[in-house]
Amino acid sequence: MTVGSNREMTVSREAEAAPAHGDHACCCGHDHSVAGRQPFDDSALISARGLALHLGGKPVLSDIDFDIHEGEIVTLIGPNGAGKSTLVRVLLGLIKPDQGSVRRRRDARVGYVPQKIDIDPTLPMTVERFLKLGERVSREDILARLKEAGVAHTADQQISRLSGGELQRVILARALLRSPNLLVLDEPVRGVDYAGEAELYNLFARLRATRGIGVLLVSHDLHVVMASSDRVICLNQHVCCSGVPETVAQHPEYSKLFGADAARSFAVYHHHHDHKHGPAGEPLGDGQGTGAGNA
Amino acid sequence: MGQQASLSETARARVRAMPEAFLLRATMAAIGLALVAAPLGCIVVWNRLAYFGETVAQASLVGVVLALALHFNITLGVLIATAAVAGLLILLQRQRVVPMDSVLGLTHHGALALGVIAVSQVGGQVDLIGYLFGDIFAVTDGDVIAIFFGGAVVLGLVFWLWQPLLRIAVHDELARAEGIPAPVVRAAFTLLLAVAIAFAIKIVGILLAIAFLVVPVVAARPLSSTPERMALLAAVVSVVSIVAGMALSVWLDAPGGPAIVLVMAIAAAVSLSIRGLRGTA
Repeated sequence: MTVGSNREMTVSREAEAAPAHGDHACCCGHDHSVAGRQPFDDSALISARGLALHLGGKPVLSDIDFDIHEGEIVTLIGPNGAGKSTLVRVLLGLIKPDQGSVRRRRDARVGYVPQKIDIDPTLPMTVERFLKLGERVSREDILARLKEAGVAHTADQQISRLSGGELQRVILARALLRSPNLLVLDEPVRGVDYAGEAELYNLFARLRATRGIGVLLVSHDLHVVMASSDRVICLNQHVCCSGVPETVAQHPEYSKLFGADAARSFAVYHHHHDHKHGPAGEPLGDGQGTGAGNA
Repeated sequence: MGQQASLSETARARVRAMPEAFLLRATMAAIGLALVAAPLGCIVVWNRLAYFGETVAQASLVGVVLALALHFNITLGVLIATAAVAGLLILLQRQRVVPMDSVLGLTHHGALALGVIAVSQVGGQVDLIGYLFGDIFAVTDGDVIAIFFGGAVVLGLVFWLWQPLLRIAVHDELARAEGIPAPVVRAAFTLLLAVAIAFAIKIVGILLAIAFLVVPVVAARPLSSTPERMALLAAVVSVVSIVAGMALSVWLDAPGGPAIVLVMAIAAAVSLSIRGLRGTA
């Protein structure tokens, strides 16, 4: 139910947003470079062009262009090892790319929720104290943001005692306290039940609506992604495709594919492009249906 | 510091001649160091840097020999050696070919071996045991003053860096994404750690220097609910251990540094087992 209403909102948002920044429909990463690169998008909170990165001699990212604007929910999907988290780190300036560059708008204020949060149990610290580290915030603000992130009960608990999911929500609360105009969340719904997941995406939609912030998500969970994102970017070292999620969601094979765990990551962008991407093996259809929708 | 053989022998003879002054000086030096060691030790533990510190400490024997061979101040030699190894390790952390614990193991044992061989070449003028386990009764008035002044500066800098250090300890990447210049903060901390280790070597020796920083922190952990409380409690544990250790040392006519570390270890064991018992109850 909630997801459904979310989607409607997403659709209408997309209708406004699309002309503003010329949302490109599905296309292959390779074609970009042939056609010549677009200049940096100055209106974007983060704009990156021609990113390439090797780690340990292996190419992890190649030829990636990326933009995210205020009021936009963008989701990165792709199989394990596709370089999703790495791309996020490059965009945040935590890793220097070998090629290409990232521009951040001067007023961009980023709230980051990393995927791996491994807090040393020898560090004694309450959630409230953690949220106050380096920030001037009142207890009321802290409780309000914790409530918003769905973990109001944790305020006086030790951070080392929290579950992974709770900790991630607490870090989300910290990100919200910094009043960001861009939220970046790496796998925020991992280990969260379905209700919690829908709630989280509702929060993103609400934040986007009330504060006009941009949200960049990394996700495996295509079901909710489809309902809540303005744009989906399929990554497998290069940008396989990116576009409006509806085209994917309408695919007759979608729900079937979503259930098949192994096919999951391959399923989405299978409709989008015609080149083969490894032995998925599952009956994914011929890829024509949504391909037409995109064109 | 004198360069005669078996410093501790002469020092102990001096203690017997005039016990109060030597005991007071040794205790003051150890307490001065403990006040700095407590917050530094916390950061070491939270960032899992104990082995890193151990490696830096063991490299200092080379610095001792270098200072003796080239006739300059031994503390300065230790400081140069610890800072150099710390810097080298920071550079080595960037490579991805060999895992960091292997790099530390290599440096740690390599440096100790090099140090011991260097000592054997310099000859009988070096009290190896004194450097390995400390020579707390050989502490001079000058050493005490240096520890208190140097310690005040280090403590001030740790206080100044405390918030960013805590944020890095919680989550390095998050801190960097929020704009903390983590590599700079970490390099500054490493330098402060090297200074503290250089002083700790005087008191408890190369082999026990890191224990002096880390063991009281371990003892403080079960009783702490905030980072600051943990640092304060670690300082309290240290001071109590120092006084008890000095008493033990006089009573048994045993070396002072190891006596202090032994009391610290007992305090940590008691603290952890109380926590363990409470946990099962």
